[in-house]
Amino acid sequence: MNRNFIMLKTIILLLLTISFSASLSVIERRLLGLFQNRYGPNRVGWQGSLQLIADMIKIFFKEDWIPPFSNKIIFVLAPIISFSSLLIIVPIIPITKELLIIDINIGILFFLMMASLSVYSILFAGWSSNNKYALLGALRASAQTLSYEIFLGLSLMGVVLRAGSFNILDILNSQKQVWNIVPQFFGFIAFFISSLGISHRHPFDQPESEQELADGYHLEYSGIKFGLFFIGEYISITTLSGLMTVIFLGGFYGPFFPSVIWFLIKMICLIFLFILIRASLPRPRYDQMISFGWRWCFPVTLLNLLGTSIWLIC
Amino acid sequence: MVMKKSIKNIFSQFRSIWVVLKNIFSKRETKLYPEEKIKLSFRYRGKIVLTKTEQGEERCVACNLCATVCPVDCISLQKKVNKKNKRWYAKFFRINFSRCIFCGLCEEACPTAAIQLTPNFELSEFKRKNLIYEKKDLLISTSGKYPDYDFYNYTGVSIKGKFKGELKNESKPIKSTTLLP
Repeated sequence: MNRNFIMLKTIILLLLTISFSASLSVIERRLLGLFQNRYGPNRVGWQGSLQLIADMIKIFFKEDWIPPFSNKIIFVLAPIISFSSLLIIVPIIPITKELLIIDINIGILFFLMMASLSVYSILFAGWSSNNKYALLGALRASAQTLSYEIFLGLSLMGVVLRAGSFNILDILNSQKQVWNIVPQFFGFIAFFISSLGISHRHPFDQPESEQELADGYHLEYSGIKFGLFFIGEYISITTLSGLMTVIFLGGFYGPFFPSVIWFLIKMICLIFLFILIRASLPRPRYDQMISFGWRWCFPVTLLNLLGTSIWLIC
Repeated sequence: MVMKKSIKNIFSQFRSIWVVLKNIFSKRETKLYPEEKIKLSFRYRGKIVLTKTEQGEERCVACNLCATVCPVDCISLQKKVNKKNKRWYAKFFRINFSRCIFCGLCEEACPTAAIQLTPNFELSEFKRKNLIYEKKDLLISTSGKYPDYDFYNYTGVSIKGKFKGELKNESKPIKSTTLLP
């Protein structure tokens, strides 16, 4: 009985996450239209509501071509890693007290591990395509990784210090009085910036910059493999904003509404912010990004960690 | 200095986010085309038509100037003479709109203002051969942009009921076979 329930919960959550992430592609285009004084896709169905299905039909029926000059196994493996690496952290995000699939003591560490694994998808894709532009994209991805991985971990450590645990439920319970975003504001900012980096979103999308690299690492991908990369990006947005909600914004805690609603409101606000930043900021050069990461975010997160620990000791 | 500049940079990032966010409340610029009709300029170069005079006569005299000037050779026509009133007209007049680039040179070349470009641009078809317009598709019953203009009222071409030299702005033709002044 219990095992069946967990099974059901898992499948439902998985499907919900994937379908929400897929529909994000349409939601994002509508929102970008809103930011840029135009309508997004609004032709298929009522107000473009069936656009997602049209996109899916299109992407399913495209030729799924594996280039003969590529390294085939790795070429196929890369989109799978990209799709699943951040999908795997969905189980550790508590949507409500009951809607949590696994409660592990090393939740944060698990997330950090998966986040660093996701880099492999880009490196594999760029390398195995055997294409100069794709390889350049992969190189940029590694440069980008150097600049955000460090303070990705460090920005979470302040939260971990406050809660005294790596367990995400403990972290959630530590913000009953005040959300972590208030005492850990710089941690939140740094984590938000690095999560933009993890999900390869604007402005940190150097590995796939269309203008210079003709889509970068997924240049040789077509059909459903490209779709996996595409949905993978939205899955990482969804899961990262869910994680940010849980870690920094008090998760499901909030007055009046049921806890699911609070979680969703916070998560959707964060997704909105992701899209807003995409619409507004230009893409920096990768050396600018590295210098920003090391000269600003790294010291800020270190100081944040130091301050938190001093405050906890006193 | 570096500190000040960097802080300024970071502030400008937040400002640009704010400016973009404000766009939510501004009006959308896109026109929803099929629902919202587009009002194009009178001189827009869209679909080509053949016009008639106010009296309902075909303006086209099949002089072939439009077909000559056409850079993509999409116009083809053949001259014929009307036995009754001695006017020239086109036996067939064909425009291949799948070739046409809507340059408007035919309209400029036309001495009779017969061929005219209209603001109608809705010409899409599923089959290419449907884009070949014959004379019956091109001919309209009104006079288009220059309602008063009638070619035969300005030139010395003779038709039935009007001979050479009968117009006000025209001198009588010289009889070259006689020596008399």
